[in-house]
Amino acid sequence: MSETALLIALLAAATARGAAPLVLAALGGLFAERSGIVDIGLEGKMLAAAFGAAATAAVTGSAWAGLGAGVAASVLVSLVHGFACITHNGNQVVSGMALNITLSGLTAALGYAWFHEGGQTPLLGPGARFAPIELPGAAALAGVPGVGTAYREVVSGHNLLVYFAAAIVPVAAWIVYRTRFGLRLRAVGESPDAVDTAGISVSVTRYRALVMSGVLCGVSGAYLSIAHHASFIRDMSAGKGYLALAALIFGQWRPVPTLGACLLFAFADALQARLQGTPLPLLGVVPVQLIQAIPYILTVCLLAGFVGRAVAPRAIGIPYLKER
Amino acid sequence: MRNPTTLVVAVLVAAVTVPAGHVVAQEFVPAIVFDMGGKFDKSFNEAAYAGAERFKKETAIAYREFEVTNEAQREQALRNMARRGSQVVVGIGFSQASGMERVAREFPNLKFAIVDAVVDLPNVQSIVFKEHEGSFLVGMAAAMASKTGKIGFVGGMDIPLIRRFALGYEEGAKYVNAKIEIYRNMTGTTPAAWNDPTRGGELARSQFDRGADVIYAAAGATGLGVLQAAKDKGRLAIGVDSNQNHIHPGSVLTSMIKRVDLAVYEAFKAARDGTWKAGVRSLGVAEGGVGFSLDQHNRGLITAEMEKRLQQARADIVAGKIKVTDYMAGK
Repeated sequence: MSETALLIALLAAATARGAAPLVLAALGGLFAERSGIVDIGLEGKMLAAAFGAAATAAVTGSAWAGLGAGVAASVLVSLVHGFACITHNGNQVVSGMALNITLSGLTAALGYAWFHEGGQTPLLGPGARFAPIELPGAAALAGVPGVGTAYREVVSGHNLLVYFAAAIVPVAAWIVYRTRFGLRLRAVGESPDAVDTAGISVSVTRYRALVMSGVLCGVSGAYLSIAHHASFIRDMSAGKGYLALAALIFGQWRPVPTLGACLLFAFADALQARLQGTPLPLLGVVPVQLIQAIPYILTVCLLAGFVGRAVAPRAIGIPYLKER
Repeated sequence: MRNPTTLVVAVLVAAVTVPAGHVVAQEFVPAIVFDMGGKFDKSFNEAAYAGAERFKKETAIAYREFEVTNEAQREQALRNMARRGSQVVVGIGFSQASGMERVAREFPNLKFAIVDAVVDLPNVQSIVFKEHEGSFLVGMAAAMASKTGKIGFVGGMDIPLIRRFALGYEEGAKYVNAKIEIYRNMTGTTPAAWNDPTRGGELARSQFDRGADVIYAAAGATGLGVLQAAKDKGRLAIGVDSNQNHIHPGSVLTSMIKRVDLAVYEAFKAARDGTWKAGVRSLGVAEGGVGFSLDQHNRGLITAEMEKRLQQARADIVAGKIKVTDYMAGK
């Protein structure tokens, strides 16, 4: 049993590591999109944060300062998006894409100018990163079969930001469904006129949603550069922002299903990493290309078969123009 | 609008009017086009950069350079260098082959060199390496250093060239320990696979989790993630192309050095000295083109016994006693 159990535990741990940045970015996108702002700029925000975090951590030697700078950079990008889309009623998809392209180049250019390592930041030492945390009891439980393994491999031994990502899901759900801000957020995304009639500012609510999005994408980007890896590398988000957006739509703009979608994507990815070159029962060794296509095949099948029609917030993508 | 043919004619006239074999030093401007990954990838491109820098330092001749950041730029960059009158244009990476073929035809009087691919034209020098020989040596090192009897390989983009690394590595490891278990992962099937360290780190972790304790990364900047994962896990990694031992001293067992620097330096120098020749240059262990690195950063990891066996194997490869299979020749 132990061989298979360990394999499953390790797969689960890899899934958790892979899902963390997706969950954070997707929940960030959730706040923005629930308020009626299309947030295709998740990728750009993650890059800004990854660069800001790695650059600051490299200079100060502090992971916390890095995280702070990453979040600040991401919020700034989010506000630029807001300025274009909310204040000036610009096209949200265009603004988001423009930010993605700008940040892809800008981070590399700044890195080039500041660190002279071709757009990368210097490798970070131990104090400047979020290192894996051994949770209390992992050693004590190690002897217990099943539970011990599961606890040691799956629950313990991640870095702080993975735990943060796990904790933020119920918090996000609570904010969206149980608080006054959450109610206004959803209302503004469905029917901004009604919110406006009630005397609540549509712009302010949307700006607040974008700040939330910025903060969460900031943590997500910082995870990439100062927790999972130890430096910024050009375009290191490698499409995770778009994947997070897909997970958000997949999860129908609701926190818990979105978490499920992120876990699914991360699991498929972890699985394909382990299946490469491993003989499968009945099939033998499967070509690498087929294995690498698993996450996409899985997504298409699930989208086509199991998930109902995705209904977006009604006012999404439409700038709110007050009648005068 | 400027007419490109006028420019071509102008370049050709310029090339003809400069007497052959007597190139004035001030006018000689070699050019290099790096591949995706960038010249500071601490690996393949950086080795090329080191060669160009060495040439600049020794001769005080500046060179033109371009870092390709998307696939459409390769041919443009090569043509641009040729138009601006660089007498020799070096393209780094197999993916420049098709672009170079077209541009070299357009500028038959200029010299071109390509690393890692063969372009069969009278004005192109193709420099290829016998990576399988160098990989064989680091595969031996991995098998000797492994305590679990399990080792890993993380490749970049899944192309025959990288499979050549993998095959040489596996043969080397099996030469030491016939029963060794080898995990093999490729990062992806697009050029983005050279620049995805988080994914590289994740693949490395998956192999470490299965019991591997030495992993060879042949994946450009993606390999940095593999090296980082080895350091975080307290295991060993093997670097590639450049000497990467210094990146994480104590957890990089050795590096499979591919002397791209030497190739670039010699192409520049030969073009300047007039000794440049077209055709294929194949650099293996015997030519000093590939090998393993040993310096103060990994001295403690390579025991005297390991070093002796590695040196012996190197001599055997040179003497032809050990034949390493070339994946690309086998097809």
